Amino acid sequence: MSKATPSYVAKVSAARHRLWPGRAPLLGQLDLELTERCNNDCIHCCINLQENDSAAKKWELATDEITAILREAASLGVLSARFTGGEPLLREDFQDLYIFARRLGLKVMLFTNARLITPDLARLFARIPPLEKIEVTVYGMRRESYEAVSRVPGSFDEFRRGVGLLLNKKVPFVVKGAVLPPNWKEMEEFETWAITIPAMDTPPTYAMFFDLRGRRDSTAKNRLIRRLRVTPEDGVILLRRRGRAYLQEMRQFCGKFMGPPGDLLFSCGAGHGACVDAYGMVQPCLLMRHPDMVYDLKKGSLKDALTNFFPRLREETRAANPDYLARCARCFLKGLCEQCPAKSWAEHGALDTPVEYFCRVAHAQARDLGLLRDGERAWEVNGWKERILRYDN
Amino acid sequence: MTISLDAVYAVSDDVVAREIEGEIIIVPLVAGIGDLEDELFTLNETGRAIWDKLDGRRSLNEIIKELSAEYQAPPGELEADVLGLVSELARRRMLVAV
Repeated sequence: MSKATPSYVAKVSAARHRLWPGRAPLLGQLDLELTERCNNDCIHCCINLQENDSAAKKWELATDEITAILREAASLGVLSARFTGGEPLLREDFQDLYIFARRLGLKVMLFTNARLITPDLARLFARIPPLEKIEVTVYGMRRESYEAVSRVPGSFDEFRRGVGLLLNKKVPFVVKGAVLPPNWKEMEEFETWAITIPAMDTPPTYAMFFDLRGRRDSTAKNRLIRRLRVTPEDGVILLRRRGRAYLQEMRQFCGKFMGPPGDLLFSCGAGHGACVDAYGMVQPCLLMRHPDMVYDLKKGSLKDALTNFFPRLREETRAANPDYLARCARCFLKGLCEQCPAKSWAEHGALDTPVEYFCRVAHAQARDLGLLRDGERAWEVNGWKERILRYDN
Repeated sequence: MTISLDAVYAVSDDVVAREIEGEIIIVPLVAGIGDLEDELFTLNETGRAIWDKLDGRRSLNEIIKELSAEYQAPPGELEADVLGLVSELARRRMLVAV
């Protein structure tokens, strides 16, 4: 026992390495996709099903199945659960699930379009705070632009009302955008509004390099999503809007995460957390829907997925596609490129096919940062380490 | 805040206490426990030893006696630690007298 301790209680950072130096709980992050259904029908969405899709609703996990997952996740040491979708507030048992998670001592991170925030729900978030800022995606600053994206009449007013309720109850939330043809001229207006939101301590982030449908369920929708993607060159201009902060981040990032990944397909953080889809399949990340890469929780446990299934996937899933081996496996832009097995699956129905769009984006970004010269292909650059060192310094 | 050594304390319903990898993590359940809305709390080694005995049944005096035997430390020294921890946790609404 100590006499000289000034305080017995310490505030802790949720960063796992600071809480448990040298060791960490088995489960670092839990994502729960509560439903794939959404009350918006966004033109660029890679997940959403119709709000009234009765077949999807029928197959969704029941309340007690989700509470059992939350209970196991808590027992594995997770601190935070992300409730996402689809629109998670569409679930009639949302409040029960939220309170259950919070009573287990979990923080809850909610991703929502805010349309279904009610006075009751705002009061609940004020009384029992999620302990993570709610994240609200904004599709436009005006009815015309918002609803050109959401494709639901009345959705803009509902979103504004939901956000107003959160503000009124002082519930901390942040906003983020999606750069799309109907709203791209409103970015400055969006950012000017965003800085008035009390919990916004950094500028809003944007989605712009959109993913195709993770379930590979609609070629028509995929065609539309492809048309909505910004060009690599415009993407670079948009990234550059953040000025020095972007360049500083890139410098740090490139110093840490560049280098050829080889033939191991999971060189990312996939499989270190658990992403449970609406039907009880655990995915190694939110995007990965390949049937051989997911684990059925109804026949097993999170612990088994984390200790047996995912480690095996990470170790054994290797590229065989000659095009991938000749390019991606040897490419030092791995840290900049969004190429991954999940995106390869969504685009091509295989885990190891290069996704040309992400390749072009990464090359455009690398040229802009001075890591590549015009006409160079990153997998052919021999002195990449020197380039990174020069850039890092 | 005056703390009586005859009082019995228990963990408040306003927080959830979890043990993760050997650490006690105190998670606010309701608003107003932390200064910021996303704060979690943990205990130092001394706090942890006392915390384990705050079960809503034993008085602080009884806890001091038990700790004194376990750690072979003078009760007077332990009293300062127990009162220090309990007043800090009670001030933060993490403990309540039962």
